[in-house]
Parts: sequence; structure tokens; C-alpha cells
Amino acid sequence: MTLQTILPVQAAQINEWAEARGEAAWLTERRLQALELAASLELPKPEKTKLDRWNLSDYGTFKAAVPVSSQSALPAAAQDLIEEGTQNLIVQHNSGVVFTSLSEELSAKGVIFTDLETAAREHEVLVKKYLGTAVKPSEHQVSALHHAAWNGGVFLYVPKNVELEVPLQAVFLSDDASASFAPHILVVADTNSRVTYVDNYVSAGLNGKVLHNGAVEVIALDGAKVQYATVHQFGKEVTDVSYRRALLSNDADIEWIVGEMNDGDTVADTATTLNGRGTHSDAKIIAIGSGAQKLNFTTRAVHFGKSSESDMFTRAVMREEAQAIINGITKIEHGATKANGQQTEKVLMLSPAARGDANPILLIDEDDVMAGHAASVGKVNPEQIYYLMSRGISKTDAERLIIYGFLAPIIAEIPLELLRTRLQRIVERKLGQ
Amino acid sequence: MATKFVIEGLKAQIEGKEILKGINLEMNGGEIHAIMGPNGTGKSTLASALMGHPKYEVTEGTVTLNGEDVLDMGVDERALAGMFLAMQYPSEIAGVTNSDFLRSAINARRGEGNEISLIKFIRQMESSMKGLEMNPEFAHRYLNEGFSGGEKKRNEILQMMMLDPKLVILDEIDSGLDIDALRIVANGVNEMKHEDRGFLIITHYQRLLNYITPDFVHVMMQGRIVKSGGPELAARLEQDGYDWIKEELGITDETVGQEQEA
Ligand SMILES: Nc1ncnc2c1ncn2[C@@H]1O[C@H](COP(=O)(O)OP(=O)(O)O)[C@@H](O)[C@H]1O
Ligand SMILES: [Mg+2]
Repeated sequence: MTLQTILPVQAAQINEWAEARGEAAWLTERRLQALELAASLELPKPEKTKLDRWNLSDYGTFKAAVPVSSQSALPAAAQDLIEEGTQNLIVQHNSGVVFTSLSEELSAKGVIFTDLETAAREHEVLVKKYLGTAVKPSEHQVSALHHAAWNGGVFLYVPKNVELEVPLQAVFLSDDASASFAPHILVVADTNSRVTYVDNYVSAGLNGKVLHNGAVEVIALDGAKVQYATVHQFGKEVTDVSYRRALLSNDADIEWIVGEMNDGDTVADTATTLNGRGTHSDAKIIAIGSGAQKLNFTTRAVHFGKSSESDMFTRAVMREEAQAIINGITKIEHGATKANGQQTEKVLMLSPAARGDANPILLIDEDDVMAGHAASVGKVNPEQIYYLMSRGISKTDAERLIIYGFLAPIIAEIPLELLRTRLQRIVERKLGQ
Repeated sequence: MATKFVIEGLKAQIEGKEILKGINLEMNGGEIHAIMGPNGTGKSTLASALMGHPKYEVTEGTVTLNGEDVLDMGVDERALAGMFLAMQYPSEIAGVTNSDFLRSAINARRGEGNEISLIKFIRQMESSMKGLEMNPEFAHRYLNEGFSGGEKKRNEILQMMMLDPKLVILDEIDSGLDIDALRIVANGVNEMKHEDRGFLIITHYQRLLNYITPDFVHVMMQGRIVKSGGPELAARLEQDGYDWIKEELGITDETVGQEQEA
């Protein structure tokens, strides 16, 4: 006997929201198809975590966003993450984007940087072609529901041969628990282009529970290079489910830099499919767990292309009663000769009640490859504490230095200085200092 | 106040094994004491017990620095009271740069609200590093990570110079150094000689003492100081080794803690 799944989002809502946004019919049609699919799909099954008992139903309802005309009119929680006078910026406030800016220089080069709802209207061909190709609605119930219910979001298109030096930035703020909040980020880097994109996910003053069901799709065409940095710093009211996927064509390159700094339960899956030959994927993740957080972080590299290379590097600090499963999955498909996949997961445990499982998985279907993994779970080394204290540094400061040192190599990679210092502050807060 | 460091009847054990079997030593500011002895005789244990390493448990005796009870202090408090130990095997700490570490150590002494200015710190660090012929890039390297043995030793001396301690213990600071590095490190120590500062130099080779002349030389065996003298004792050890002392005292195995378990 099969039970009819009761979904947290209904077709009538999808239609109503689409109408409120003045959405194109093709897009609404896709949403409804995704919703139908959701009913027949199961929940995702991240390694060693059962999502059945997670609260994944707080989608809220669409509330039209009120655009603001200047950066200084943005909510303080968003402004705090933005350098004054930032030129290329998108800010989503609850259910929709409220601020967009793109420099004339970039726009003259043909760069498109706008919310995804607008892009679906104004750049239909591109959006139609790529939306849902990296994070597919058919993956599982959560991705299907995302495709049914997403709002706001970002569409970034970098034309052929355009190389951008300055990072483009987005901020996603949830501060109304009744408003749905499900941004979708779609980045398309055309042939031989180069771009850095940085975003923050943040909540403030929430009066109830929120589900963030988010998706990121990066399409890097031949020879394109994409650097994608993201910091999630939701409060404990938010359950964060984020799927990030990159598809690489020949010689394309992605670098993921991810800061998992939420205070609530989180499932995050950052994956690259290395379709083309000579592709390269690099993922650097830092995470801090505190309180009674339940966390599941997966980094994944799937190699199809010959001579494709992947590196995955996760560092996590677990304190109090935080429970984390940290998976690294390297899959090398048959035919991906000369591929090289390496991964490292390191977990630093600060409390006996915390849990941190490092779970490296290598799935290799080709002989002519290199693959390796290293995983470690440990406490702060007492010899190191002793050494620092023998120079007059207090025990608290010694621990702090060592924990920061553990995370520093990844923090140093964040491409915006303001975000580096902000991240440092979040790290301090997460570590209870 | 002139520095006075007194160790009386110090006994210490590790993992239930008694290693120090009653050490007595008195040092004044301005004096250089050398502790010599073959491997495994308890020299590093003495250094670690004095600094307060958590693995070493002091079971008896007293240690005072200018009348203050050292054994009652935490490791960091000992450092703030003026003690410094250049370790035989310094820790490597990834992600913490040498300069961030040193600045934290200096500021711990100066206290909140009185932190050293960045520019002043950089100047001090650069000039000390220059004196030790260290590549300036070592300021930005992670603490001891990937340093060669000799680089680690120089880095210990750099810390000593910048932290301006009252009582310096150097544990095998000469091991792993070539002649040039040995001379540089010895110069660093000699420059730091001061009437208010005492040095306890631990070594099992005599060669360091060609560069740093000790006022007193102590020989350690079986977890005790078995013989003390002036610089001439070091010269004799250089010439004749340790066997004559063992003979004189009727010692067959000079090490400690290696006794066969029953
Ligand atoms: N960390 C340790 N764990 C167990 N035993 C130790 C440790 N450190 C020292 N010992 C014991 O103490 C003895 C003396 O060691 P040590 O003080 O290092 O001698 P030295 O510095 O004179 O070579 C060793 O032979 C060993 O038995
Ligand atoms: Mg030793």
C-alpha cells in the first residue's frame, strides 16, 4: 500500500503566486510539473542522516517584495554584509529581490545580472535552456519542491571571452517567518569567460520557523572559470537545505568556497559534475556546529571527463551537542582515464557531547586514475596548547588561536575583504567568544 | 629586583614512572648554568616539569622565582612571571602565523588596553629576525610548520629575544644546527646576557659551550645532578666523556625510567 504524500506546497498556491508575479506561462507550467513530480519522489537520502523526522514543511507563503531604490535603504542585516558603493549587487528580502545593480561597464560587456524571475521574462531562451539542468527537479522530493516554489534568486550570465575581475555579490535575507524564502541561483559562464560570485544567506529577527530550500546551478562552458563563494549564517529558526551543483564542459574550472555557519539544522550538498576533459573542480568548505544542531555536509565530485581533476577539502569544528556527518564522495566513471580525485575531511571536536563523522567515499569505475582521501577527527592537541601557554598565552586564547588556525586556510580564500572580516566575526560568535 | 631561581628537592614522574629524583639548583640573575648529561638522564623532563607540562607530575619539592611559588602557577602564569623554555621539540601549529602568535604572546604580557602597536611590533620582529639571519618570510609562515630542525631552533631564540624573559631554559638548542647556525644562535643568547637574567642551558654536547661560556656546569644522571663544577668541568667532559664520572660514582646505567618492568 502506498500512502499519498501530502506536500507542503499546493498547486493552487503555485498558480496564485505566479499570477502575483506576472510570471511567464512556460515557467508556471514547469513549476506545476515539478510539483506533480514531488508527489511521486522520496526525500533525499544524505549519507547517515534520515530526513524523515526533520521539519521540512515551513515553506511559508509568497509575499511580494517591496523594492528599494538605494543600498542605504536596505535592511541593516543586509547592509552589514555589503561594502558601501558596491556596484554589482543583488539583494533578496524574503520572497523576492528588492535591489539590483550592475555597473555600466559590465552591462556594456553583455553581462546579465538580475533576479531569476526577471531573467525568465527577459532572457527566456537562456533560462529555459539551463534552469534545472544541474539541480534537476527529478532528483528527489526536495529538489522538485524547490523547482515548484523558488522565488527571487539570481541569474548571472557572462558572455564568451569576458573575464571579470571584480566579484559580483548577492545577499539573501529572511526576516519574516511567514514569507516563503527559496532563492534559486543560476550562473552560466559562457566559453572562456571568467567570473567570481559571492553570496551570503542570513536571517534576522525571525518570529517563527523557516525552511530555506535553496538551489545553486553553475554551468561552466568550455574553458570557463568560475569562483563561487558562499556563506550561510542563518539563525536557529531556519532549517537550511541547500543543493549546489556545477556542470563543467571541456577545460572548465570551478572553485567552491563555502562557509557553513548556520545555527539551525542544515543539509548541504556541494557537487561538481566534471563532464568535459581537462576540467577542474576545487571545493573548500568550513563548518562550525554549535548548540544542538544536526548537520549533514556532502561534497561530491563526479568525473566523466578524461584528465579531469577534483579536490575537496572540508574542515569542521564541532562544539556543545552539535552532530555532524561530513561526507566526501569522489566518483570516477568508466572512461574518465587519467582523472585525479582527492579529498580531505578534518574535524576538530571541542566537546565530548558533540559528534563529527568524517565519511570519505571513493567510487572508482576506471583503472587508469588517481584518487585519494584523508580523514581525521580529533581534539585540540594538548601539546600545542602547552606550547602556546608556555609563551604566556592564556588557555582560552591558545585554544582560540588553534581553532582559528584550523579554519584560516579556507577563510583566507574568501574573495571579498569585508566578507572575510565578517566571517571572522561569525566564527567568533559560533565559537562562543 | 635581582633574579633568583631556586629548585629544591624536585621530584617528578611521568605516567607513574619517577624520572626526577630530587633536583637541587640555585641560580642568580646574570649567571649561566649548563646542565649536561647523556641521553635519557632526565634533562628534558626537568625542563618540562619547570615549565609545567601537563604530562609531568611533580610529586615533591619546591621551585621559586624571586620568592614566588612557580609550581603553584599555570603554564601561562609561569611565562608571565618571566620563565621561558626553548623546547627540544617545538610544536607545529598550522594556520597560526609566526607573527600573529608572537604578537599574542607579547600582548599577553602587556595586558588589555596596552597592546603593542602593529608598526612597533613589526619593527621589533624584523630587527630580531635580521640578527638571527632568518628570512623575513618566516614572519608570515605558519608557526613552525614545515620548518627544518635548525629553523625551529632559531625561531625559539627569536621568541626568547622578543619576550624578554628573566629565566631562560634552553633544551638542546644546539641539536640539529650546523656550525653557522650554532654561532648565530649562540650570538643571540650572548646578546641577551643581562644581570637580571639567568640561563639554564641543557645540552649533551659540549660544543655549544665553546660559544657560550657557562659559569656553572652540572652533570645529570639517573634523574639527579650528580656532579657540579665550573667551566673546567665541561672541558673535561669534552675530552674524556662521561665514563669517568660513572666510574667515580659507581653508576653502570646513567639513564632513568628505562628499568625493566617486573
Ligand atoms: N613523554 C614521555 N613518555 C614516557 N616516558 C618519558 C617521556 N618523556 C620522558 N620519559 C622518560 O624519561 C626518561 C628521561 O627522558 P628525558 O627527560 O627526555 O631525557 P634527556 O632529555 O636527558 O634525554 C626517558 O628515558 C623516558 O623513560
Ligand atoms: Mg632531552
